[in-house]
Amino acid sequence: MEAYILHLSIMAGIYIILTVSLNLIIGYAGQVSLGHAAFFGLGAYVSALTSLNWGLPFPAALVLAMLFAGACGLGLGLPTLRLKEDYLAIVTLGFGVIVDLIMVNLTITGGPDGLVGIPAPVIFGLSFRPPVRYLALVLLTVGFTLLVVHRLVHSYHGRALRAIRDHEVTAQVMGVNTPAYKVMIFTLAAALAGAAGSLYAHYITFINPESFGLHTSILVLSMVILGGMGSLAGSVVGAMTLAVLPELLRRAQAYQDLIYGALLIVLLIWRPQGLLGGGKLSLKFLRKKE
Amino acid sequence: MEGGSEERGSRGTGVSPVIPPPTPSSRPPMLTLKSVQAGYGPLTVLKGISLHVRPGEVVTLIGGNGAGKSTTLRTICGLLPVRRGVLEFDGQELNRLSPERIVSLGLVLVPEGRRVFSSLSVTANLELGSYHRTDKAQVRRDLEDLRERFPLLRERAAQPAGTLSGGEQQMLAICRALMAKPRLLMLDEPSMGLAPRIVRQVYGILSDLKARGTTLLLIEQNARAALKLADRGYVMETGRIILDGAAAELRDDPEVQRAYLGKGYREVWE
Repeated sequence: MEAYILHLSIMAGIYIILTVSLNLIIGYAGQVSLGHAAFFGLGAYVSALTSLNWGLPFPAALVLAMLFAGACGLGLGLPTLRLKEDYLAIVTLGFGVIVDLIMVNLTITGGPDGLVGIPAPVIFGLSFRPPVRYLALVLLTVGFTLLVVHRLVHSYHGRALRAIRDHEVTAQVMGVNTPAYKVMIFTLAAALAGAAGSLYAHYITFINPESFGLHTSILVLSMVILGGMGSLAGSVVGAMTLAVLPELLRRAQAYQDLIYGALLIVLLIWRPQGLLGGGKLSLKFLRKKE
Repeated sequence: MEGGSEERGSRGTGVSPVIPPPTPSSRPPMLTLKSVQAGYGPLTVLKGISLHVRPGEVVTLIGGNGAGKSTTLRTICGLLPVRRGVLEFDGQELNRLSPERIVSLGLVLVPEGRRVFSSLSVTANLELGSYHRTDKAQVRRDLEDLRERFPLLRERAAQPAGTLSGGEQQMLAICRALMAKPRLLMLDEPSMGLAPRIVRQVYGILSDLKARGTTLLLIEQNARAALKLADRGYVMETGRIILDGAAAELRDDPEVQRAYLGKGYREVWE
């Protein structure tokens, strides 16, 4: 039982990194992405392949995974971020499908069977195979992610980002280089998703394309929306809820998906801005009750 | 802060300051459009616009819906590419410059429909106005100046801009543009959607800016208010300028009176 809770916590941590990074794109830069799992997968594969084939130590593999995923984010963002929302949704959706197809069809990625025997991280001689240590590693990365993103969105640049989200053209005529910002955020978010992928690969030690398809993109998107767009605390709550909820509903067996879907719908009717979306609104909501 | 800003600006760009002649009308133009064409996709909206604005002048561009007034401003701001013709500011061609580069030259827009950043606080909105500026100490002084002139900016400092009234939002949008230290301030229909009493307040702010020597390019459907404030005016119709002259002349022009001033009617707020 304890091992099971540890497993859930580690997975929740990985989802938090994914959710926070996607929230950067959606909640802060106001763009749509339906292909976030692709960057998660790219990170996982790069980290796994460099460890397996080149024997790179985990920290180097993690950094390479982030760089590679970030570079792909940059490559996708540069030509496409001038597109308007619905078109961007289609492009990112397509990107997810393409990455999925590449993973399934390349020999080096092991095709649909994926990669097995990915080594557990060893940092300075310390093995992170025991789940408790792995959880510490994941929590450290979660903390780092939250710190970086928190500092970013509360800086001068964060204000420019929120201006872009509120009204892009007006931000532009105030001198904000909106294309540069959008590409920067997209790149950073892709790199963070790559880090999550690396953590996932070295934890599960077995990866195949199935884990990085559209359903994962949608799951992470649900976590962002449930927690609240543009709220970091919301992303943490959203990711933990949707990572743990299916497990809690396991007793209900056949009705699991039904209850899960109904809960989501009820939540979104009750609080369309998400659990913690729009900090000021949630405060007002509390005050009204008093 | 905007009074005399053109002298400051020209020192900044390395051009030796010109001793200002007594009247604006004799100074060389700062903004010039020569047969500018622009549009969207296959559509050419501006079919060759020529106009100029001299330092210290208030120039208005009036015309009905769809005449191309907003398109003209969007083109000057760099949001739309110039297809033919020349767009010049202080002798520098703007044709290929990005919007953020154009802002940093001192061409600042107050967009149509009071586009404040509604989820950001009043202060954050003002700070975004000074986004491109690097003289942070002067930015703080300018912010204090504006707060002295418009106490509301201090009273509502932390409030989200979206919760202000329409008139307050327009005032904030103007102040945000002033924080960008404009050498030429462009306004896109500042009276749109506002009650007559609020329109009067907004024009009060504009005439105060005029008195301080700010150069304004004002786009309006409310021709009566605009021509009252402006020194000169241009009348636009379907992508062309059909008439131009001193504001007083345009006010007396029978054709302008018939088409844009509703001759025989008195504005309720007069």
